Amino acid sequence: MFIRTLSLLSILAVASAADLLNVSYDVAREVYKDVNPAFAATPAGAGITVKQSHDGSAKQAQAVINGLSADVVTMNSPSDIDQIAKSGLLAADWATRLPHRSSPSYSTHLLLVRAGNPKAIVDWGDLAKPGVQIVVVNPKTGANGKYTYLAALAWARRQPGANDDTVKDFLRKVYANVLALDKGGRGATSTFAQRGLGDVLVTFESEVFRIEQEFPGKVQRVVPSVSVKADNPVAWIDRNVERKGTAAQAKAYLEFLYTAPAQEIFAKNFIRPSDEAVLAKHAATFAKLDLVTVEEQFGGWSVAQKTHFDDGGWFDQLYQPR
Amino acid sequence: MRVLPGFGLSLGITLLWLGLLVLLPLAALAAKAMGMGWADMWRVWTEPRVIAALELSFFTAAVAAVVNLFLGLLIAWVLVRYRFPGRKLADALVDLPFALPTAVAGIALTTIYAPTGWLGEPLAALGIKVAYAPLGIIVALIFVTLPFVVRTVQPVLESLPHEIEEASASLGASRWSTFRRVILPELIPALATGFALAFARGVGEFGSVVFISGNLPMKTEILPLVIIGKLDQYAVPAATAIAVLMLLFSFVMLLAINLLQRWAQRRAVA
Amino acid sequence: MNSSHSEPAWVRRTLIGSALAAMAVVLVVPLVAVFWEGLAAGWQVYWAAVTDPDARHAIWLTLLAAAISLVINGVAGIAAAWAIAKFRFPGRSLLITAIELPFSVSPVVVGLLFVLLFGSHGWFGAWLQSHDVRVIFAMPGIVLATLFITFPFVVRELLPVMEAVGSEEEEAARVLGARGWQILWRITLPNVKWGLMYGLILCSARAIGEFGAVSVVSGHIRGETNTMPLHVEILYNDYQYNAAFACASVLCLTALVTLVLKAVVEWRAERALNQAKVKGGVEA
Repeated sequence: MFIRTLSLLSILAVASAADLLNVSYDVAREVYKDVNPAFAATPAGAGITVKQSHDGSAKQAQAVINGLSADVVTMNSPSDIDQIAKSGLLAADWATRLPHRSSPSYSTHLLLVRAGNPKAIVDWGDLAKPGVQIVVVNPKTGANGKYTYLAALAWARRQPGANDDTVKDFLRKVYANVLALDKGGRGATSTFAQRGLGDVLVTFESEVFRIEQEFPGKVQRVVPSVSVKADNPVAWIDRNVERKGTAAQAKAYLEFLYTAPAQEIFAKNFIRPSDEAVLAKHAATFAKLDLVTVEEQFGGWSVAQKTHFDDGGWFDQLYQPR
Repeated sequence: MRVLPGFGLSLGITLLWLGLLVLLPLAALAAKAMGMGWADMWRVWTEPRVIAALELSFFTAAVAAVVNLFLGLLIAWVLVRYRFPGRKLADALVDLPFALPTAVAGIALTTIYAPTGWLGEPLAALGIKVAYAPLGIIVALIFVTLPFVVRTVQPVLESLPHEIEEASASLGASRWSTFRRVILPELIPALATGFALAFARGVGEFGSVVFISGNLPMKTEILPLVIIGKLDQYAVPAATAIAVLMLLFSFVMLLAINLLQRWAQRRAVA
Repeated sequence: MNSSHSEPAWVRRTLIGSALAAMAVVLVVPLVAVFWEGLAAGWQVYWAAVTDPDARHAIWLTLLAAAISLVINGVAGIAAAWAIAKFRFPGRSLLITAIELPFSVSPVVVGLLFVLLFGSHGWFGAWLQSHDVRVIFAMPGIVLATLFITFPFVVRELLPVMEAVGSEEEEAARVLGARGWQILWRITLPNVKWGLMYGLILCSARAIGEFGAVSVVSGHIRGETNTMPLHVEILYNDYQYNAAFACASVLCLTALVTLVLKAVVEWRAERALNQAKVKGGVEA
């Protein structure tokens, strides 16, 4: 009786077959608000409603693993989709199924400071200065925080005479300055911009530009010398789309992300389009800086995850409470 | 005694309801924990981050409960002993934290106590940081657990016979010493029960705290948040281990509260 | 109030003043802040936020979860109170303790319990998936978490009332040949109706406001599995502070209505009790 009640309830809750569920990361809220109606306006997307779920990326991946029936995931790092693949919900070679390693767009990490830059922050090195208060995402719970960590690490490695000890020492100083280690990107934004805490916020370029728009005259961007390329990979979840019979729609949705209209929407939301032509058109929008990739610089995501972010890794060794 | 019908039916419904809704999920947790073994569980419990969160959760809950011990006694006393305009309204308002969703309380308190907020700004000028500091957690817990002490003390205070106070006064005791020597001892079981309820609720509280705490690991990260953090890191067993710890605490507190209530009842009868 | 056991006027005034001041700071300021922030951008923004389709769906889902909790926990609560108040049996006090257990379990732990049970890797996960039944990250999960959280409210309020009223009337009716259901409908429920109302009010208030447990099992699908408190959180994190507080103020209004209902029920219950006492006194 109990189970029957449950199934009755879930019939009520089950969406019609023409609905897709896009499980996404925290600061992608605005962009998909624009992308979804644009998709519905195309022939392939006619009659398809895309529902959104946003939260910290690792939390979202965990929810999908636990049974959140996402048709597609649109994430901000491949590592979270790899985690989902590990549970067998989608093919391990998911990244090869769509162009640009399944990333229709990418971003990078910049710094955001208070208007007038009172603490004179120009590059990653300034984050280690005593008395600077930093707001970042927890690298254990969000890819946003991982990029911050890796970008600072990339800068430290470029310094003359750098070795593991100097790099660790630098990172230790940076994370000793951390004022708030938020769960997701939007929480960090809220802490810095709305609550007025901290001297520097480190987050995605798209978020930095958006905060500048939302709080004009109160904050300003700082473009560091180097940062990490942050892929925004997407994938359909094989097991879920098979069960729901939405494979074709899910694939069409993700392919739409590569078309010119969608790429334009990414650019308008300050996310870098993978389409070179669209990117060139908006070149003036985006910051100019040296981008390194996780693959070249850190041996790929699984190595980076293991070395730096898993329990007992570098981050755990470095991060000590004051 | 068994004149009335329906024992089998009503007990059956009760056990089915309890079993499916409460005991089955708890059994799932227990099974998961058994699968881990004590050694692994102990390792999770003694992680620095878990210990820091444990200390923080217990410390903030205890401070909030102590504050509410005094605040609750004061409010209960005023509501029972004095007549003043707005008393009924104030009495009804005491239950607001029970009725108000904790998330709403969380965002409201964060807005008020942030450095840009109504109370946060003057406090910040004095160098007191509330939001994103342990003090913020305490403020949130004071709000959430305020009704407990008031509502346990109020009925006892109402039923306290006036004769003993009059006797005390006629024997020449001052009002203050009557309160301390005669009234307060009568209230102690109720105060202890209210304190225990507030403390238990405070340790487990989540919604009102997450917004105001800033969630800084080792500094302002409460125990329930560590569970969520572990889940976010794909560490379900570790999350389970911490959940077991919190459940054990719940059992102990429940036992303590029951004993306290029994003590209070015995005192009332005697 | 007799002067022999009251304080000097200045002490009284100080105490009343400080108690009211404390209540103002702790309770009233947050309440005012919610309405203030909600209306800060004007009525239009407020109205748009409250009537947004996602908000409307969240309200609907919240009310649905609360209604299901009320019915199930109400019926089962009456059954449990009947069994516990009217009969003595081994394990009775253990049962009472077990029923109170959900009070002291942290909401996040409650969420985790249901993930362990119904998640893909949980006890029933594989079976549910093969039968295409969604529990967690769908409405049933939200309902279950709400049921767990609000589990004890009705029993806890009913039990003392049933015990205080006693079983004499029911036993007399039984001797006179009344059937079980008749006794329940005609005698027991009317006798305990205020306690029942009180329990249901507390149950619905908690069900509407639950955040932690529901947050873990919801999946945060906009327009589908967001309850009102979760919708508030989402808006808050979307920079839409005024909209977040507008929706929060709706929850505040339900809280205030709850307080009023509670006060009315308490007042009626007190009157009913006094009348019963008077009646009892006359009969004795």
